[in-house]
Amino acid sequence: MPLRPRTGLTIDGFTLGAKLHSGGFATIWDVTHPDHALPLVMKVPTILDGDDGPTIVGFEVEQMIMPRLVGPHVPRVIGTGGFDRMPYIVTEKIAGGSFLPLFQQAPLPLSEVIEIAARMVDAVADLHRQQVIHLDLKPENFLQRSTGEMVLVDFGLSRHGQLPDLLAEEFSIPMGTFPFIAPEQYLRCRDDLRSDLFALGAMLYALATGRTPWGTPQTLRGVRKRLWRDPEPPRAIRPEIPEWLQEIILRALVVDPMQRYQTAAQMAFDLAHPQQVTLTARAHKLRRDGWLQVWDRWRIMRRIKHFRAPDTVAAQLASVPVIVVAVDLSPEGERLAAMLRGAVKRMLTIEPEARIACVNVIKTHRIGLDQGTDDQGNNLHVLRLVALKTWAASIDLPDHRLTYTVLEGPDPGQAIIDYARANHVDHILMGARGHSTTRRYLGSVSAQVVAEAQCSVTVIRLPEPRDAVV
Amino acid sequence: MRFAILTDIHANREAFAAVLEDARAWGADRIVLLGDLVGYGPDPGWCCDRAAELVGQGALCVQGNHDSAAGGAPEPMSALARRAMDWTKAQLTPAQCGFLAGLPLVAEEGDALFAHASAHEPGAFGYVTSDRRAVPSFRATGARLIFCGHTHQPLLVSRDPTGAVREQAFQSGLPIPLLRSRRWLAVIGSVGQARDGVAQAGWALLDTATNELTFRRTPYDLARTVEKLRAAGLPEDLALRLLRGS
Repeated sequence: MPLRPRTGLTIDGFTLGAKLHSGGFATIWDVTHPDHALPLVMKVPTILDGDDGPTIVGFEVEQMIMPRLVGPHVPRVIGTGGFDRMPYIVTEKIAGGSFLPLFQQAPLPLSEVIEIAARMVDAVADLHRQQVIHLDLKPENFLQRSTGEMVLVDFGLSRHGQLPDLLAEEFSIPMGTFPFIAPEQYLRCRDDLRSDLFALGAMLYALATGRTPWGTPQTLRGVRKRLWRDPEPPRAIRPEIPEWLQEIILRALVVDPMQRYQTAAQMAFDLAHPQQVTLTARAHKLRRDGWLQVWDRWRIMRRIKHFRAPDTVAAQLASVPVIVVAVDLSPEGERLAAMLRGAVKRMLTIEPEARIACVNVIKTHRIGLDQGTDDQGNNLHVLRLVALKTWAASIDLPDHRLTYTVLEGPDPGQAIIDYARANHVDHILMGARGHSTTRRYLGSVSAQVVAEAQCSVTVIRLPEPRDAVV
Repeated sequence: MRFAILTDIHANREAFAAVLEDARAWGADRIVLLGDLVGYGPDPGWCCDRAAELVGQGALCVQGNHDSAAGGAPEPMSALARRAMDWTKAQLTPAQCGFLAGLPLVAEEGDALFAHASAHEPGAFGYVTSDRRAVPSFRATGARLIFCGHTHQPLLVSRDPTGAVREQAFQSGLPIPLLRSRRWLAVIGSVGQARDGVAQAGWALLDTATNELTFRRTPYDLARTVEKLRAAGLPEDLALRLLRGS
């Protein structure tokens, strides 16, 4: 006998408390369970009658995907219930609540926009790494932990790259939220990671300017317009928006997914390295395209059925890796650094789309103030940056795919590991100096990075003369 | 419990042995054989004996059309299959024929039903090649999970809570959650004679604890099987089919 949710109902040990939210497709309840101390919520789909296909399938998709997700950017699943009695998903309750009220205060101060943007993109990058495309990113679906991490919810339209797509044949109309939906989603594509990047771009646009790029269309016809009509450039609405931020927002909003950011990790990288964002005409644009240009695009786009089919989710993620090269610029590291550069060039032949982030670490003392300048008064940081650029001069990559960062810290290995984690790095390339006794006992930087980094690490070593046979 | 589901072994000793070894490595604790132990391949006797031994150890085994034919029943067959069957019968001992003839058409375990070809007419050996053809099987049984073989083409079909029966795309090697809100029918690929373009043994792993099904492929010493086929004087088409995997 199917049950209906109500305060006081107990199911599988969960007791329903107050109803927190009542949406079009589901209700959310406070629940408690004797085995779980942390606050929990239960989501129950509102199934109108036995034949409410879309709601049922959307809920099945959530039940299939959510238990497989891990990490701080998704709610932890505690239990699920089937349709035989009452379908539900119980998850931890996210203390900070939805990001919608903050979103409604947009435009926000720019420092806040940038900081929020970085956290949103981080959450999406983490989801993508788990092979899941959200496909319904909107402010209501971002919650915030009290520790600051954004948490993504509502996976009813999502697509897992390695699981059957139960929704594929379920609907004949595009699914998503109109102000944020990507053009290819409008064309019924459900397997492109870059659709989420478009939605992120639309939200950043709104946070920075106070309005959504194409208003709030109520009809599919209104959504379709974004295939040819460009939005008002953010700097035209709010001139103090920096050019680099406009570049990032508009690059995420490009109609053809091939010309957009290819991964959330790339977008996160740009948000973290604003000085190194390559500015194109997009960055300087101050008014919408003229009618002739728009009309030209309309003639092409009105006939378009789909864009070039995306690769599998895993292939999309792997196609544009972020590779960190940790370079030792000291005199004793010189030969090794040259060899490392050779290794980078070889790697670029097998990973032609890779983005290379050159990193050098200035070791600081744990206690006491460090001298930021040398005896001649040169800034050490700048000197290292110049040396790093010189080292990389013969690596043939366009500017936007080659970046330079000087890190500082008492523990160089840890600095590299932290940088790699924060920037969604796929691969670290670094050199290892010879085998000295000190190194064997105290441990080397490369050994530490190999042991603790969360990505692949390749260590380059100078060939050493073989030990003589005794 | 982890079930290794094998079907359409077709007297291919190398493939059968390779899959059993792989299944052990993947932690399978129960073997299910969905029939067609013999026919086409060069090692019917060995495959029969190995299957009987597994059944003795608790494996489930159902009868396929080739097993039924080898056991003496008149089954309709293509000319190629008939030639191979005549050869097969000559290789089998009466005890082996008796084992094949005595196999049941269906087996049930928990909420799963196992049959060679379909759940609705297990003795008729029709082909479930699409979601449409899976509909009668869902009607014929109340089992939540239906497993069959016979087509040598892996296929996954689900019946959702509204009653819609649809094919579901899957990737080999990746676990698929068999959502409890649905009923599922899986056609497992052939161990001994792949026909989906991949010249490897096909099988599936069902984990009842996680409620996940994984279609798997296992490479085996194909060259040796082909050599034996040719040495036995079996039709060259059978050798080519193994080499192409189609």
